[in-house]
Formats: sequence, structure tokens, C-alpha cells
Amino acid sequence: MHDKTLAQQAAMLQNSRISSAELVAHYLERIDRYNPALNAYLQVDAEGAQAAASQADQARAAGNTGPLTGIPIAHKDIFCTKGIATTCGSKILENFKAPYNATVVDKLSDAGMVMLGKANMDEFAMGSSNENSYFGPVANPWQQDRVPGGSSGGSAALVAAQLASAATGTDTGGSIRQPAAFCGITGIKPTYGRVSRYGMIAFASSLDQGGPMARTAEDCALLLQAMSGHDVRDSTSSTTAVPDFSAELEAELSGLRIGLPTEYFGEGLDADIASHVQAALQELEKAGATLKSISLPNQQHCIPAYYVLAPAEASSNLSRFDGVRFGYRCKNPQNLEDLYTRTRGEGFGKEVKRRILIGTYALSEGYYDAYYLKAQKVRQLVSNDFSEAFKDVDVIAGPTTPTTAFKRDEKHGDPTSMYLNDLFTVSANLSGLPGISAPCGFSGGLPIGLQLVAPAYQEARLLNIAHRYQQLTDWHVQTPSGFE
Amino acid sequence: MAWETVIGLEIHAQLKTRSKIFSAASTAFGAEPNTQASAVDLGLPGVLPVVNKDVVRMAVKFALAIGAQIAKRSVFARKNYFYPDLPKGYQISQMDFPIVGEGAITITLPDGTEKRVGLTRAHLEEDAGKSVHDVFEGATGIDLNRAGTPLLEIVTEPDMRSATEAVAYARYIHSLVQYIDICDGNMQEGSFRCDANVSVRPVGSETLGTRTEVKNVNSFRFLERAIDFEVERQIDILEDGGSIVQETRLYDADKDETRSMRSKEEANDYRYFPDPDLPPLVIDDAFVEAVAKTMPELPAIRRQRFIDEMGISPVDAQALCADKQTANYFEAVLEGQSYAPKLAANWVLGEVFGRMNKEDVALADLPIAAADLGLLIKRVDDGTLSGKLGKQVFDVLWSGDTDVDAIIDARGLKQISDSGAIEAMVDEVIAANPSQLAEYRAGKEKLLSFFVGAVMKASKGKANPAQLNKMLQEKLKG
Repeated sequence: MHDKTLAQQAAMLQNSRISSAELVAHYLERIDRYNPALNAYLQVDAEGAQAAASQADQARAAGNTGPLTGIPIAHKDIFCTKGIATTCGSKILENFKAPYNATVVDKLSDAGMVMLGKANMDEFAMGSSNENSYFGPVANPWQQDRVPGGSSGGSAALVAAQLASAATGTDTGGSIRQPAAFCGITGIKPTYGRVSRYGMIAFASSLDQGGPMARTAEDCALLLQAMSGHDVRDSTSSTTAVPDFSAELEAELSGLRIGLPTEYFGEGLDADIASHVQAALQELEKAGATLKSISLPNQQHCIPAYYVLAPAEASSNLSRFDGVRFGYRCKNPQNLEDLYTRTRGEGFGKEVKRRILIGTYALSEGYYDAYYLKAQKVRQLVSNDFSEAFKDVDVIAGPTTPTTAFKRDEKHGDPTSMYLNDLFTVSANLSGLPGISAPCGFSGGLPIGLQLVAPAYQEARLLNIAHRYQQLTDWHVQTPSGFE
Repeated sequence: MAWETVIGLEIHAQLKTRSKIFSAASTAFGAEPNTQASAVDLGLPGVLPVVNKDVVRMAVKFALAIGAQIAKRSVFARKNYFYPDLPKGYQISQMDFPIVGEGAITITLPDGTEKRVGLTRAHLEEDAGKSVHDVFEGATGIDLNRAGTPLLEIVTEPDMRSATEAVAYARYIHSLVQYIDICDGNMQEGSFRCDANVSVRPVGSETLGTRTEVKNVNSFRFLERAIDFEVERQIDILEDGGSIVQETRLYDADKDETRSMRSKEEANDYRYFPDPDLPPLVIDDAFVEAVAKTMPELPAIRRQRFIDEMGISPVDAQALCADKQTANYFEAVLEGQSYAPKLAANWVLGEVFGRMNKEDVALADLPIAAADLGLLIKRVDDGTLSGKLGKQVFDVLWSGDTDVDAIIDARGLKQISDSGAIEAMVDEVIAANPSQLAEYRAGKEKLLSFFVGAVMKASKGKANPAQLNKMLQEKLKG
């Protein structure tokens, strides 16, 4: 039953062909078998999951259910879970237990979902390979010497390996879409503000957005439905009405105008990726869409701007990890300064420290205008590029990543090359737009992702296009060998 | 050389909200350590600030009270620094876009002259927690109850030229924030804190001297002394050929001196930037209008009303309106009474203030309820009591009794206004003193007071003095 999509499992539960308890037991068994090699789960809450499953089964028996009731899910370890450690992939939070649930966790639990455990991730969501986790790297199920992408690498790997029906992820510069592409699954970064950030440990507050990662667009629609909505505890969460994301999944694509930024198909793009993305676009064209070449002239400035803004916010967001109230504290601090420097020096990993330094520098007196303020201006320009483009097209399409999953250690320690993984994804974060990645082929046995970006609050459109595409193709229902 | 003092003040007024600026935790003073700190106040991972609307309302109220600009859009910014009682490692404040913009107020100095003080801005921010150094041996305790308490920081231009002016301004703001009910003004508990930026320059100079910031001043008297000390210190240094170091100095009330707060002046770079967790604060006209409707009568307007409608003298009106509680008490005394308000003003400013000063009692702890004082004054006004007897009743009220009429009855203090009774006593006294009567009639009119005293004595002090005087004069003439 693990090879079924979430929507198919939901139907099976509905028809009482399986129970949630059986489904959970099955996944727990698979986790036992496969997780040691993958390291996708940091923690498995078997007891809690079994209890929640039997509760879901009782609710189902009482007729009190929704489509997600009894479906098992894993939460990225950036989402706070009451009573269960939330580490954010960091030594500094190794033993941290939040006294509250993230809104996303509560909402999915309220929808009847069963949490299996917490997914590995790059420390504080900083990374594109999941090699920055204090708790070790995650293997890509398609080729285990390859990275799963990051920062939601554990989430992507465990969905691809079918160790849960779905997972939550967060996306600050591509952290849902890039690992979804690397692992051959579907992941959507909603419009900024669509999903509450409450209880989601902040990396870069103005860019962070939680979203679902699952096998299909149809699954993502169901999950996003439960995750979305205004939250009084998050001032940046939107009050925009949440539509029925599943209602338009089947809508025809005729008349759809797809913009292809010339900047996305230039030099540096892997030839196999280029041809598979082109093939996918032709598929959409056959389904009634029209393709149009467009330009996002400030695309080249996205990475530099992002790597000023995100670290700037992070440098401040991560100041609370000081060893005073919770989390790791160095042994025998001699004085206050020693407490701070050693706690943070020992507690944070290399990439996190690098970004704190970059961000602190960018905000410093005398550099603020040249870096932070300049980057904010670029951000506005990038946003304007999209507004301009959306006058002529309905969505923008391209590859999710410039390459397929690379080998572990291949780019580790080479930050600038690593940062280029975000080349096609950061612009959606900078402008707050929704973006989806869906599988569109394989190169050398590794999945390729097609990315679609829509105007704000048009996730339904993205899910519709991806769903129609997935009805025409079967890239998304492949199972990596060894995980059948 | 003659020196001119230049002072600007930064006042931190703790806003009187029930809950904190960004969390639902209580702001009540004096709770057990860390019992009023929510996950947001503790800076736990993943939690987010949400602006308390009451805080915004109070800042707007302040702006309306002084006629300052209200920013339609203001921005919360993070001030980044590490300190154990600063849970997030940054304080949420406002930097480039404060909620209240420029304004000016005119204050009356003790000598009666008026002084205009320009306001640079007022912005919202959260307070930090407290480090407790004297409870744990060899360790510092952290109490985060105060963390996230809302503050309005009110910043002036360097417009004040003496400690007296600075104190007059601080008192004005202190009175105002209580008037408009946005701050309890308690300086001991730190609800109202003044930091003074002090510098000196040669008289006639247009450029500002290097300033120091004087903190830790928790009374107006200390503010005056701290500034005076600091001015003298700076002049001494400059006259010795030295230069002033720009630094923060703490006032030590015990030693009556200021001293450098940090041994080495760290170049603090707070790395301010807009808080991405909080969208810009947008205030529309409807919100401002709604706040305007809740505005109480401001001190200057109240003072004018006392003068115009009650016939109170300008000096008395000023004294009555100096703080809201006094003015409220005064109006409460008058509640339901029809005598001249001036009478009540005399009693409040005379008897009540006199006794408060003598016994060091605060208005809040006054043993006499306004209504009781109101009735006492009525009994004097309607002739039941003489002024002198009234003061006796006042003493009884002060010691805790409350029923004015019962006191008068029980102690037989009621003034005798019955003309028959007074006439009988007058006749008796005149009959008993024939020689004095003869002298009086021979022209020694000074003897009137002898007869008044004698009748008063006979009445045990209760005869209505006016009636008695009139009747005696008539009878003595023969």
C-alpha cells in the first residue's frame, strides 16, 4: 500500500479496505527497514503514531472524517512539536522540546493526519544537499551516494522512498522544490503568507514558507488545503480567502499561456534537463497551452540578493540561541562572553556560522546601504519583473534545478557552487510567489524537476497544471529500486 | 568663560496595557519571577510577535494630546545586541519610521514664563527583562516578567537650557501621560523613566558640545541633581582643558554623582533593520478618529474650564490641574454640591494639601473621601458649622470617621444660629458686665471683642459668629 498515492490511500481508508492502524504499522515497518541507510527520519514516534492512527480509525467509524483522516505524515524537524524534540538539524537544539505545536502541525493533526516522526534537514534550513545536518547527511533513494537536495532533504527522501504518504517542508530559497526535484516527488511552495509560520523555526522570516511534499499534485492539493489560512499568531499570514485547491485540478489547459524565461534556458543548464523540460512543455502545449518566450531581466541578481537578505535575517533570528534559556550550553562558561562564544561556536555548524557572519556584516553600520538596502531594491526589481511578465502569461515554467542530484561531498565546502542550486528557485521567494516542482523525467537514473511559478495566491493554477501533466505522464509514480 | 547648558530628554513611559506589546502575557508589576513570560517573551524558537492594538491606540492618544504627527505607516525594527535579559538577542523597537513624528509642547516654568520644547519623535518598543544579581550566590538570575512590556519612548530636541527646564518638561509629560491614561507614572517601579542627554557649550556658540546620556534617575529631584552634577562635571573638565567623552553615565543617588556605565565604551552596532515578522503598522483615519473620541479633557483645557466656569483663580486652577488625581478629587468634592467651587478649592489646596504635606500622605491614600469633604464644606457654607468648627470636623474625618452630620451631632458641634438662643446669651452677658457696657457706650468700641468672646464662651464656641456680631453691636448701642 506504500506505493499508492495519498489520494489513493485516502480512498482505500474511505472504503475500509485498509485501516489507518495498518497503514501506520506498514510504514513503521518500512522505516525500520530503510531509514538506517537513508537517515531521512531523525525521530520516529511509533507510539504516538499508533495512538493517533487508532483514534483516526475510531473517528472514521464514527463517520467523523475528512480526506486526510488517518494518513501518515512526517514533519520536517523545523516545525515545533509539543513534547517531541524539535532540533532544526542543529546540535544547539539537540534536546529542545517546544511547549507548543507549530500551526501547521496542529492543522494537519486537526485534519486527522498521523505524525510518524520528524524529518532530517540541513541545519536551520541552510543548505541544498542536507549535508549540513548535525545528525548526518540523508541519502537520495534513487542513488544513495547522491544528495537528496535541501534543506527539506529528509522530507523529500522519505516521500520518494515511500516511508510516509507525505511530508511537510519549508522553502526559503528553494528548500521544498529543489529536493522535490532531486528525489522525483511533487512539492509546492505556497504564496508567502498562505501558510502560517507560527512554530516554524525561522531562518529568513520574509522568505520562509511551509508547504507540502508528496508524490502527486493531487496529494499536495489535499495537504495544502489543510495547511493554509490566516493565523492570528502570525502577523505575516495572509487573510486572503483560501480556495478549494482540489476543485480545479481537472480544469482544461486550453488557453493557458506559459511563459518561458530565456534566462532559465541559457548556459549552464544540463542538456538532459533542458530536453526533458522542453518535452514536458510540449506535452502541456499538446494539452492546449501556448508557450511564450519571456524575459526576467533581473534574474542574474537573484542569488546575490538572496544571499545578502536571507543571512541578514538569519543573523538576527538565530541570536536567541545563546545558551541562556534553552538548548545547548557550553560546559563551564567562565563569564558571559565565554558563554556566548563557546555555546554558539560549539552549537552551530559551519554553514550556519558562515551565514550568521555574512548577515551580520551585511547589516553593519557602513555596509547596510551597500548590501542590505541594495539587496532589498533588487528584490523589488525581481518582483517587478514577475508582475511585468504576468501581464502576458499565466504561469512561468522552467527547470527547478540546473543539475540533477549531485554526489555527496561533491560540493560540500564549496559554498558558492552550492548556492547556485537555488538559481531558478530563489526568485519566487524574493517575490513571495507560489512555485511548484513536479517530476518530468530522468537523467542517468536521477529525477528531473519541472518548475512552475504563478502570480500570488494562484496555487490552484499550479496544482491544476501539474495534475494535468501527471495524468499524461508517469514520472511521478516511479519507485526507486530497492524500495519496492 | 560663561557656559550654556543644553539638554534633551528621552522619556520611557510604560504603557498601561493589560497584556504585553507582542504577547498575551500580563504586564502586572510584582509577580513571581518568570510567571508572566509567555513563549513569545521567552524568545522560544518559532514563535512570533503580534502587535497589541491597545499599544497602538495609546501611542495615537499621546500624539493627539500633544498635536504631534501620527505616522500613517510606521515600521518595527530590530535592535540587535546580546544580553541575558534580552531573550531574542534583539529588541523590537522603531527606528527610521516611528509611530509619532514631530511635535512641540509649551510648558510653564516655575517662574511663570513659558517654554517651548520640540519633540523629535515618540516610538514604540518592548522592554527587556531584568538581570537579578543579588539572589543567587555566584550566578545571575533572569526574570523575564518585564520582557515585552510596552514602552513609548518620547524624545525631545536639545531644547532645554537648565535642569529646572528639564524637570518642568518631565513633570509636564508625567502629568500628561497620566491624564490621558496611558501610563501610571510610577517612577519607583520604573513605569516612567527619564534619560537626559546633557552637554555644555560656551554662551553664544551655535554648535552642540559632546553629550553624555545620564540614566538611572527615578525621581524628579534626582533628575535635577543628576543634570546639575553632570553640567558641573563637564564644565570642570572643559575649563581644565579636557574634552568630554560621549558615553552613558549612571546617576548614583546615594553619592549624588554620575559615573561612567561601561569601563570601556563599546562601539555598539545595533544593526537595526525592519522586523520581517511584523508588517508595517498602518493607521487609518478611522482609527485615529475612534481614538480621538476617547480623549479625556487635557490639563490645559481643564484648567481653563476651572477658571472660566468655576471662578477659580488662575493660580489655584494651575495647582488643582497639576495632576489628574488632584483635579479629579476636587471635582468629586463638588459632585452634587451647589456652593461656590472656590470654597472647595480653598479647602483642597489649604486643609487637604496642608495635611498631606505635613503627614506625607499621597492623594491615593487620602483618608477623607471626596463626598465627605464635599458635605463638610456644605455644612460650613450653610451655616451649620463655623469655619473653625469645620476644621474640627475635618480633623475627625482625617482620623477615619466618615459621617459628617453624625460627627456634628455626636459632638454637639452644631453652630447655634437660633437668634432667640443667641439673644438670650447676649442679654445675659451684657447684664453680667455692666461696667464694660458703660465703657463701650462711652466710646471704647474695642470692647466689642470682649463681648464676642464672652458670648462665644457661653455658647461653647458654637454661636454663629456673624449673627452674634450683628446682634451684639445692636444691643450694645442700646
